[in-house]
Amino acid sequence: MIPLLRRDLMLATRAGGGFGLALVFFLIVIVLVPFGVGPETDILSRIAPGILWVAALLAALLSLDRIFALDHEDGTLTLIATAPVPLETVAVAKSLVHWITTGLPLTIAAPFLGVLLQLDPAGFAAVAGSLLLGTPALSVIGTFGAALTVGVRRGGLLLSLLVLPLYVPTLIFGAEVARRGVAELELTTPLLMLAGITAGAVALLPFATAAVLRMNLR
Amino acid sequence: MWEYANPKRFMGWTAPVLPWAFGLSAVCLTIGLIWGFFFTPDDFRQGSTVKIIYLHVPSALMAINAWVMMLVASLIWLVRRHHVSALAAKAAAPVGVAMTLVALATGAIWGQPMWGTYWAWDPRLTSFLILFLFYLGYMALWAAIEDPDTAADLTSVLCIVGSVFAFLSRYAVNFWNQGLHQGASLSLDKEKNVADVFYQPLLFAIGGFVILFFALVLLRTRTEIRKRRIGALQRREG
Repeated sequence: MIPLLRRDLMLATRAGGGFGLALVFFLIVIVLVPFGVGPETDILSRIAPGILWVAALLAALLSLDRIFALDHEDGTLTLIATAPVPLETVAVAKSLVHWITTGLPLTIAAPFLGVLLQLDPAGFAAVAGSLLLGTPALSVIGTFGAALTVGVRRGGLLLSLLVLPLYVPTLIFGAEVARRGVAELELTTPLLMLAGITAGAVALLPFATAAVLRMNLR
Repeated sequence: MWEYANPKRFMGWTAPVLPWAFGLSAVCLTIGLIWGFFFTPDDFRQGSTVKIIYLHVPSALMAINAWVMMLVASLIWLVRRHHVSALAAKAAAPVGVAMTLVALATGAIWGQPMWGTYWAWDPRLTSFLILFLFYLGYMALWAAIEDPDTAADLTSVLCIVGSVFAFLSRYAVNFWNQGLHQGASLSLDKEKNVADVFYQPLLFAIGGFVILFFALVLLRTRTEIRKRRIGALQRREG
């Protein structure tokens, strides 16, 4: 698993890997929002936690089709499948790389971009914390979607259609944690639900991902 | 029981059943809708808008049950590799999506005079919209994959994973927003809160929708089996 992680991380960070694209996309979406809804401070600060969550979700979506598609095209995926590593482990490694290259930078960047949206400084911790807790679920669910569409040529749009409905519970609880954190309300319930979704997705979905990969490689 | 799902046997027993199913559904719907629309009194608060219940409730019921049926058929396909089962799941999806749309549309039409808005981000409405998206994704995946067995496998897994997430979404949206929509009006175990005058035609309408769904799925499954056979013939003839 470690060599696979290193290889994928290296591929993602070297030229043409697309590392940072998700982050730039995140920035652009955040910059576009005030143009869309107007520059009034109170509106922006009210919608900031939700906008940050939706933008992070879209940014995570953007890089999903790279997870398996390139490896599938040049045959690497078949080699990996025949390697003495269970495909479940491969699924976990791929999700982890996706999270390290998108989820983690997005989490770190979110409070800074929150400044652009007049996010209340009291909410920085809640926004970053909810993203830290929620983005692993986004990566794992996304890896499952990417495995489903690996055999489909130009499956990017289909991938979005499949994955976005699956993102709904994570988004609801994640944005709720962020919103309540900004308003300084009690946030135990949504926080536990978000943690539960992430834990459940991380524990179970790699098996579904591996099963789907086997079906696609048959 | 499994032998009735053998494609040849399936084609055999569905051919005579289909006209009866369509006929019975037409009779039930005619009775239920005409009785409901013309021979029941107006509600004292909702006026005549209450009559949309005869379309709204059965279609909403079938929208959810169609997904459950797809889930069961997907499980059977994954466990027993029964081709008819996979095709039945494929056949049920467009019927389910139509039922979802009917439920959403009739709800919106009723909502405008009653709630003063076509749409509210109410938990039930939102869950239905999400269910609609799940149907679209499921159908898109079927359409995108060429090899029929791979497509059946992948859509089955999507259906199972999707069911879990649809269930989660249902509770997530409950948590997320308070609802305008009333609670369940009909249930098998609790006391009913629909008056008998409206209840009896409603039962006919629900029965009609159930049989209609059954008939449509059988018809579409037969079409899918025939498409499979044509494909096999074309491959053999080169």
